[in-house]
Amino acid sequence: MWSIIQIELYKIYKRPRTYIAFGAIAALIWVIQMGLKIDGEAYAAFLMKDINNTLVVDGKVLNGYLICYILLQLLLVHVPLLVALIAADMLSGEANLGTLRLLFTTPYSRTQWVLAKFIAASIYTILLLIWLAALALFLSMFIFGTDDLFLMKSNYVVLIESQDVFWRYVGAFVFASFSLLTVTALGFLMSSLANNSIGPIVATISAIVFFTILSTLNIPLFNVIKPYLFTTHMNNWKEFFDIQVTDNNEAITGSILNIQKIKTSLIVLSVHIILFVGASVVIMKKKDVLS
Amino acid sequence: MPVIQVQSICKNFGSLEAVKDLSFEVKEGEIFGFLGQNGSGKSTTIRMLLSLIHPSSGHIEIFGQDITAHRNQIAKKMGAIIERPDLYPYLTAKEHLQLFAKLSQKKISASQIEHTLQQVGLSNRASDKAQTFSLGMKQRLGIAIALVHQPELVILDEPTNGLDPQGIADIRHLIKDLAKEEGKTVLVSSHLLTEIEQMAHQILIIHQGKKIAMGPTATLLDPTKSLMKLSTSNDAAAREKLASSEFAAYLLEREEGIYITLPTEQIAALHQYIVNAQIPILSLESKRSLEDYFLQITSQSN
Amino acid sequence: MKVKFIAIIGLLLLVQLKSISQTNPVIEKVRQKLALVNDYVAEGVMKTDVSFIKASLGKVKVYYKKPNLIKVKKDGGISLLPKGGVSITMNSLLNTNQYIAIPSGKQVYDGKNLEVYKLVPTDDQLEWVISTLWIDPTESLVYKTFTTTKENGSFEITMEYGAYAAYGLPSKIIFGFNTKDYKLPNGITLEFGDEAPISKEKAKKNKKGTIEITYSKYTINKGVSNASF
Repeated sequence: MWSIIQIELYKIYKRPRTYIAFGAIAALIWVIQMGLKIDGEAYAAFLMKDINNTLVVDGKVLNGYLICYILLQLLLVHVPLLVALIAADMLSGEANLGTLRLLFTTPYSRTQWVLAKFIAASIYTILLLIWLAALALFLSMFIFGTDDLFLMKSNYVVLIESQDVFWRYVGAFVFASFSLLTVTALGFLMSSLANNSIGPIVATISAIVFFTILSTLNIPLFNVIKPYLFTTHMNNWKEFFDIQVTDNNEAITGSILNIQKIKTSLIVLSVHIILFVGASVVIMKKKDVLS
Repeated sequence: MPVIQVQSICKNFGSLEAVKDLSFEVKEGEIFGFLGQNGSGKSTTIRMLLSLIHPSSGHIEIFGQDITAHRNQIAKKMGAIIERPDLYPYLTAKEHLQLFAKLSQKKISASQIEHTLQQVGLSNRASDKAQTFSLGMKQRLGIAIALVHQPELVILDEPTNGLDPQGIADIRHLIKDLAKEEGKTVLVSSHLLTEIEQMAHQILIIHQGKKIAMGPTATLLDPTKSLMKLSTSNDAAAREKLASSEFAAYLLEREEGIYITLPTEQIAALHQYIVNAQIPILSLESKRSLEDYFLQITSQSN
Repeated sequence: MKVKFIAIIGLLLLVQLKSISQTNPVIEKVRQKLALVNDYVAEGVMKTDVSFIKASLGKVKVYYKKPNLIKVKKDGGISLLPKGGVSITMNSLLNTNQYIAIPSGKQVYDGKNLEVYKLVPTDDQLEWVISTLWIDPTESLVYKTFTTTKENGSFEITMEYGAYAAYGLPSKIIFGFNTKDYKLPNGITLEFGDEAPISKEKAKKNKKGTIEITYSKYTINKGVSNASF
C-alpha cells in the first residue's frame, strides 16, 4: 500500500499542475502582505473607525498574527478551489488519460488504489496547508512581528494576548486540514463518477461555491439547512479565536468560547470525508473501466 | 492446464450485447490470435480478462485461478497493453518502466529495465518525456510496460496500431521471440488477418460479440483454398455464366462484385473459363482481408 | 435706578468670583500635594470592561512627568484606553492655574464627606470644558471627577487610595466613559455564521465602558526620560 501511495505522490510531484496551487497561494499572500505593509495603517484605521470613536488603541495592531488572520479569512475560502484542481482529477484524470486501466491491471485492488490516491491527495492538501501556514503565519510574523491579536469581529472585538495566540493558529490549521480534506474527499467522489478531468473539477468547485453561498446568505429558509452543509462547518476554524469572558467581562486567557461548536464541526466534516471516500471506493469497485 | 480458460462469458451494456456466450482456452507457451473487426467485442473481452470490466455472466480462470477471487496474484504474472498506448505525458520512458516495475511487486533490476527498452527499440529515447513521442513510439513504450516485469502471460490488444511497416515487423518478431525464446503465453488481438496469421498458433475470430471460428492457424485458414475477386466488363453476364458452370459451388453470394472460394489449383481453370466465355477480365485478385475471410467462412457455414 | 442695580449686580459678581478663585484652600491643598510628584512610573494591572470588547487583564506601566506628560503602556501588547481620557489627569487638571473653581456643595460618597467643586477653564486652548471634582478636604484627596471634553465626550474617573495617598496618587483608578455602537459589516469581517449575541445584561450597560487600573507600585521622583512618552 505504501508503495502505491509513494507512486501517487511521485506522480503528483511530477505533474506541472501541482505547482499552480503553491504558486497561486504564494502570490496571493505576497500581494496581500505587501499591500498591508505599505498601506496597512489605512486599512487598520478603516476597520477601527467605530472603535476609535471611543477608544484609543495603543500598540501594534497590524502585527503578524492579525495579518495571518486576515490572510486566512481571505484564502481559506479559495484554497478549496485549488485543492479541487488536484483532488477532482485523481481518478478521472487517469481515466481520461487512459492510464487508470494500467493501474487497475497491477496487483493492487481497486480499493487499495482509491485509498492510496485519496491519501496521496490528502498529503498534497496538507502540504498545501503547511505552505499556506508557513507563508501566512511565519512569514507574516517575520515581516510584521508579533503582538496581541486585536480581532475585529462583526459585533465585538477580541483582544487575545500574544502568548495566547500561537496555539490557536495551530488549532485553526488542524481544523482547516479537516475542512480541506472534506473538499479533497468531495473532489474525489466527483472524480470517481466521471471519465474526464474538467467535469469533476467544475462540479466540485460549483458544489463548494453553491453551498458556500447558501451558508453565507442570511435567509431564514436557508438557515434551516445551514447546519447540515459542510461549507457551514468549514469556516469554524474562526472559533479558535473567540474567547470566554468571566461575569466581570474579563477575557479568560487560554479559553475558547465555543469548543463544542468546533467538536461538532470536526465530527460533521469527518463524517463527510468518510462518506465521500467510502462512496468513491464503492463506485470505483463496481465501475467498468471503459476508457 | 490452460493459461486462460473462458467459459461462456457475456457482457451487456444496457441493451447492447457486446459479448455473447464466448468460451475459449489459451494454452501455455502459445501465441493466441484474437481476431475481430473494430467493435466486434475484442477489447471488451480483453478487459474482462484483465478485470477492468465485470462480465454480466460466465466464468474466467487464469493460471487455474478465478479472476475475481485471485485478481492480485494473477495480475503479478500478467502484462498487458489495452487498445491505445496511454501514458503519463510528464514522465519519461524510463520513469514509466521504473514506475510499473515497482507496481509489479517484483524485484526488477535497472538492467532489466534497460533490456526491456532495448527489446522495444526505445533505448535511445529512454530519457525523453512521453509527450514528445510519436504514436508508434508510445505503442512501443506501452509494450515495454507490459513486458517490464517479465510476466508469464502477455496480453496485447492491437499492439501494431500506429506503427510503420518496419515497426509492425519488429513487434511481430518480438512477439514470436517472447513465445519461442522466453516461453511466454501471448494473447494478441488485431483486426488484421495477415498480421495474426503470420505469428499465431491458434486463432479465435469473433464477430458482433460471438465466436465465429476458432482453431489452429494452419487448419482454420485453409492454405489449399483461395478467395478470389473477379472483376469483368460485364459482371452480370459473368455471374450468370459461372452460376451454370462447374464453379457454381464456389461462388459466394454477394451484391457487389463476384467472389469465389476455390481450391488454389483451380484458379487457372477459372481464369480460362471466363476467357473462353468471351467476357473481358478487368482483374482477378486474391483477397485475404478479415472482412473477406468472414465472407468466406460465413458462406461456408451456410 | 437702573445704573444702581447694575452696579450692585456687578459688585455681587465680583465678590462671588473672588471667593471661587483658584486660591480656594481645599483645591490649593490638593494641588500642593500633587506638586510633590515631579514624575512617576507606576506598575499596575489594567482591566477593560466594554460590552463589545473581550480583553483579558493586562499588566501596564504608567509614566508621568510634570506638567502633563502621561502614558499608559501595556507590557508588550495592545492597550485600549478611553479616548482623550488618560491625558486629563488630576495633575493636568490642577497643574495649570487657568481655571475657576466653583464650590458646589457637599456630598457623601463611599462613606466620606466630600466637597464638590466645579472647575471651568479660563484658557480656551484647554481640551476640557468643565470638570467636577469630589474632594475629601481632610485628606486633600480627589475621589471622583467628571469631566466633559471638547472632542471626546464625557468621562468619569473614580479613585481609591492606599499606600501612596501621601502623594495624592491612587491605588486604583477607574475610567468610566460612554461608548458608541460597534458594528462591522459581515462583508468585511467575512463572518457569516451565527455570531453569539451580546447578553441582555451586557446590552443594558452597552453604552457604558470602564477601564480600571489597579496600581501595585509607584516609583516616584526618580526621573523619567521623555522617550517614554
